[in-house]
Amino acid sequence: MDNVKAIVLRAAGINCDLETEHALELAGATADRMHINRVIDNPAMLDGYQILVFPGGFSYGDDVAAGKILANQVVHHLSEILHKFIEDGKLVLGICNGFQVMIKTGIVPGLGGAGKLSLTDQKVTLTDNDCGQFQDRWVYLQPGTDRCVFLDADKRLYLPMAHGEGKIVADSEDTLAQIKNHGFVAFRYVDADGNYGEFPINPNGSQDHIAALTDSTGRAMGMMPHPERCVRWTQHPHWTRLKDREGIADGMTIFTNAVNYVKENF
Amino acid sequence: MKQWRFEISSKQGFLDVHGKDTLEDIRQLNIESVEDVISERVFLIEADFEQEFAERVAVELLSDPVCQDYYLGKSDVPAGPMPATLIEVHLKSGVTDPVAESVKSALADMGATAVDSVRTARKYVLLGNVSDDERDMIARRILANDCIEDVIFGTDAEPPSPHTEPYQMTLTEIPIRSLSDDQLMGLSKDMDMFLNLKEMQTIQAEYQKLDREPTDVELETLAQTWSEHCVHKTLKSSVDMDHDGEKVYFDNLIKETIFKATKDLNKDWCISVFEDNAGVIEFDDEHAVCFKVETHNHPSALDPYGGAATGIGGVIRDPMGTGMGAKPVANTDIFCFARPDMKLEEVPKGVLHPRRVMKGVVAGVRDYGNRMGIPTVNGALYFDDRYLANPLVFCGNVGLIPREKCFKNAQAGNLVVVVGGRTGRDGIHGATFSSGEMTHEHEDIFSHAVQIGNPIVEKTTLDTLLQARDAELYEAITDCGAGGLSSAVGEMGEKLGVEVDLEKVPLKYAGLSYTEIWISEAQERMVIAVKPENLDAIMEIFNAEDVEATVIGTFTGDKKLTLRYKGTQVGQLDMDFLHEGICKYDREAKWETKKLSEPVLADKDSYNDDLLKILGSYNVASKEWVIRQYDHEVQGASVIKPLMGKDNDGPMDASVIRPKYDHDKGVAMSCGMNPCYGDIDPYWMALAGIDEAIRNLVCVGADPEKVAVLDNYCWGDCTNAETLGALVRASQACYDGAMGFGTPFISGKDSLNNEFVCDDGTRIAIPYTLLISAIGLVEDVNKCVTMDAKQAGNLIFAVGQTKNELGGSHYYKVNGELGANVPQTDIKLAAETAKRMHQAINAGLVRSCHDCSEGGLATALAEMAFAGGCGIEADLRGLPAADDCVKTEAMLFSESNSRYLVEIEPQNYDAFAKLMLNVPFGQVGEVVEGTKLTISDVNQNVVIDAELSELKKAWQEPLDW
Repeated sequence: MDNVKAIVLRAAGINCDLETEHALELAGATADRMHINRVIDNPAMLDGYQILVFPGGFSYGDDVAAGKILANQVVHHLSEILHKFIEDGKLVLGICNGFQVMIKTGIVPGLGGAGKLSLTDQKVTLTDNDCGQFQDRWVYLQPGTDRCVFLDADKRLYLPMAHGEGKIVADSEDTLAQIKNHGFVAFRYVDADGNYGEFPINPNGSQDHIAALTDSTGRAMGMMPHPERCVRWTQHPHWTRLKDREGIADGMTIFTNAVNYVKENF
Repeated sequence: MKQWRFEISSKQGFLDVHGKDTLEDIRQLNIESVEDVISERVFLIEADFEQEFAERVAVELLSDPVCQDYYLGKSDVPAGPMPATLIEVHLKSGVTDPVAESVKSALADMGATAVDSVRTARKYVLLGNVSDDERDMIARRILANDCIEDVIFGTDAEPPSPHTEPYQMTLTEIPIRSLSDDQLMGLSKDMDMFLNLKEMQTIQAEYQKLDREPTDVELETLAQTWSEHCVHKTLKSSVDMDHDGEKVYFDNLIKETIFKATKDLNKDWCISVFEDNAGVIEFDDEHAVCFKVETHNHPSALDPYGGAATGIGGVIRDPMGTGMGAKPVANTDIFCFARPDMKLEEVPKGVLHPRRVMKGVVAGVRDYGNRMGIPTVNGALYFDDRYLANPLVFCGNVGLIPREKCFKNAQAGNLVVVVGGRTGRDGIHGATFSSGEMTHEHEDIFSHAVQIGNPIVEKTTLDTLLQARDAELYEAITDCGAGGLSSAVGEMGEKLGVEVDLEKVPLKYAGLSYTEIWISEAQERMVIAVKPENLDAIMEIFNAEDVEATVIGTFTGDKKLTLRYKGTQVGQLDMDFLHEGICKYDREAKWETKKLSEPVLADKDSYNDDLLKILGSYNVASKEWVIRQYDHEVQGASVIKPLMGKDNDGPMDASVIRPKYDHDKGVAMSCGMNPCYGDIDPYWMALAGIDEAIRNLVCVGADPEKVAVLDNYCWGDCTNAETLGALVRASQACYDGAMGFGTPFISGKDSLNNEFVCDDGTRIAIPYTLLISAIGLVEDVNKCVTMDAKQAGNLIFAVGQTKNELGGSHYYKVNGELGANVPQTDIKLAAETAKRMHQAINAGLVRSCHDCSEGGLATALAEMAFAGGCGIEADLRGLPAADDCVKTEAMLFSESNSRYLVEIEPQNYDAFAKLMLNVPFGQVGEVVEGTKLTISDVNQNVVIDAELSELKKAWQEPLDW
């Protein structure tokens, strides 16, 4: 299909919805920003979209824990429709706070089954950065799987992160092994040459350097860094140093892959 | 109702970040007895659900299943070999608790509807042999703030009740007509009005004329409206100035200096200046930008976190309340503190340690700004021990507004609607409090002046107001800031008259009197004027996103302010008297040129140590620890970020954003401030600030022909003739600078009386502090440049003349001197240089450009080199220097204004030189391979020879917390 439609979910405290809408449109989708109250009023509206994005921000102030209140709201009001959305082969992307919501609803890594939302089965979480503070800095991301539709398996990305609770931890070594072995790790933090390292290369102390997770379908992904903040060259921190600036806006990879996937499969 | 208590702690094996942080802070207090700190979160919920549901709440909502444990009830002291001390910190009753509101709505999502109250608290378990004194000190100095929080110790103590007493209305009249002068002043003091005798007499005369006594709410309204904070009495007064024996007279100081420059310049791109909540200038054919910077000093001294958070929250509401409402697109924050490594015993009673102030202020701005989703792109930190008791917190915001929405038009018959947060007892008397000086007793007396913010309420208010603006559903808007509703509604109704029914104002809790409702400075509130026929439509927008909006009154047309409570009239004031009745002041000012001399410092073979010391001085050192905590990239508009360069850690001169996704036009922001020069002469200090702010903008590519500036004065007690004399000098410089650069002032604010009286009677006054904030336009952001050196083989030029001007410099400072030769500005040459530099950048001739200011040439070269990861070989023979600038130290470290360092590719030399014709410029070096900065003096002796890694380390270390 040519007319790819994306819905960007807003809620109190969400603040990256405009730039996420813009990035999706640059990639060729038609994007609508929608308040969660409207979706709860009329869940069936999701039928008209192929891509759902939980954007970044501080939903409900990140009170209690990042993304927790919104996750609670999503599970209590939208579990069924989201399950159907994912079963229908559609795409779900969570960025930063959106990833926090996706992990706390269980959408990623989806160990309870793809698209099964739950507040009680959570085995992986995002918690306080090791450095104890919110950090805004740029990070290199190495793809960890070839079965996630949002990424190019051989393309390392350079993107900004901006969060205080982005450290991935699993409840056990078994869970961590399961995530790794099933190819649920979408991106890991590395340096410019692809090597692992401590802070600031791994900016939050995530286990196994994990920056992004997908599920068993490869069509849902949550990531801490912000691809929507690197969709044109003047957003790149080295742009004034580079004479050849074409193609440095790595964030477009994520959105273009999503839109192209829908074009090819719907 | 059942009382449920939930304790949430980190699971064994998971890092307790907050506990770790607290332990570090305890170590800073030199308390060694605490071995470890466990931090927990406590939720107190009054609701009628059962045990099973409570367990669900704990598992599904309040704890993280992976990394947290929960406990239902009150847990015992942890077992183990080490003694444990329990401390719980609760909010005082009535203090806003944002988490509680979110938890309530989440409980509703879970199906629990009958929830009476939710409160949160923090619990700390200190492990180790902690004495009672140490425990109290830790609680007071680190864990809790007396202004807003109660501390309870041990397992038996009960938290403060969440419930407040209901209010029984009694109409209070204050007899004033027959009071003596002494009694009038007593009344002003007892009511915290901060009005002087002349003002009290004016009020007395008015009521004698009216033949009645005022009500309490009338007096409070007058005190708010006439406060220094709201009307800027000092800057508007007439001044007799004695400058070294020469008399100068101003009928109205600000009108004849700052306002006059704007008027005389009469730039057609200025849309609204000094009228609205922010100054407005053209951006492009469709949009304008507005800019406002405010201070929030006194509240930040008492509660650094809350004070700074509401400082940024408040200034964001200024663009939101400008014209018909702008969309905030960038924040700027400038702070002044005492040295953060000051010894504990040097801190007087009633004053918080500067490190705690700094950490709290940064965290407050971080948490509010980040949650609002507005990038904090610009800022500065300045350290001087005279800011110990009066830290300065400047918060600014830039907004984008459609050209046709730049003006408001409230009409008689419009409804007064308050939107956003509820009103509570927080922030009572903020406006009057911030107009006075501080004493060691302020901590106790003015705790109620501290406001607590809830950024998410402000964000949802903003989201919905922009929709309502675009649907044209209201006629006017303003923010509730200092003075609360009394100022907001009073100002909006100034030309019309307004009636308000105070009981309709939604409250956070019961118990507020009609006066408290009227003057509360509770945050996150906006006031709009709505035509009755638009009410339903606008309410639908607010309801759709859970934003509270309430009609509280009507604009009338009778030019009176009428206040009612449940049908009873509690106050009525004539708008003319309220807004025009304030008396005018005549003041005396005096300035004597200081008799200072230049020190004689011995010549040295190497200035490496001086350079390292300057780079490592707090004012010059890297501010990365602060910058990284701010989200400076949200909204996806950043072009020049605060830190860029090879390793993303070079200090940029100004920030640029590209606020519209489909246009390459940019907005640049910068600031200039140097209180140290003010110790020699505030005139040159102010000019240096203007020159620096404009220069910073030019460095990144902004057009100096279209720059607007804001003034923020923070001064001491201006009833002192010398202090006022310094203010006059600075204002004269503002006029001269604005005229010379063609740069109008578009908005400003002053905060006076920044003095502190210690319990032993010693008085600490801040240095004269004038912050100049500049905003400029960049025609095409793709042409912006940064300051990091780019490529070996490129040439480095110095543009602008270096003079023998080490007075007030960092070089003198690290050598314990002040000096006399303060940098002066040749405004005409400065403006011409800025213009040429812009032409060169616009022509694409410049690879990098850096402002040469604090720390002089050597510091600027070092920063360019380590930011770019490129070596630089410099040679002072090529430096364009004045005849009196012969000593190497002056060439290296003089802080002469209007200078730029520029990197040019060799093939562009001719074109660049042509543009610089008749402007002082010369080649001072070359970018080279390798990892060193070397500088040779005019005799070809190498006077600086340092590894970039060593320079960068010295620069990064001091504030790398």
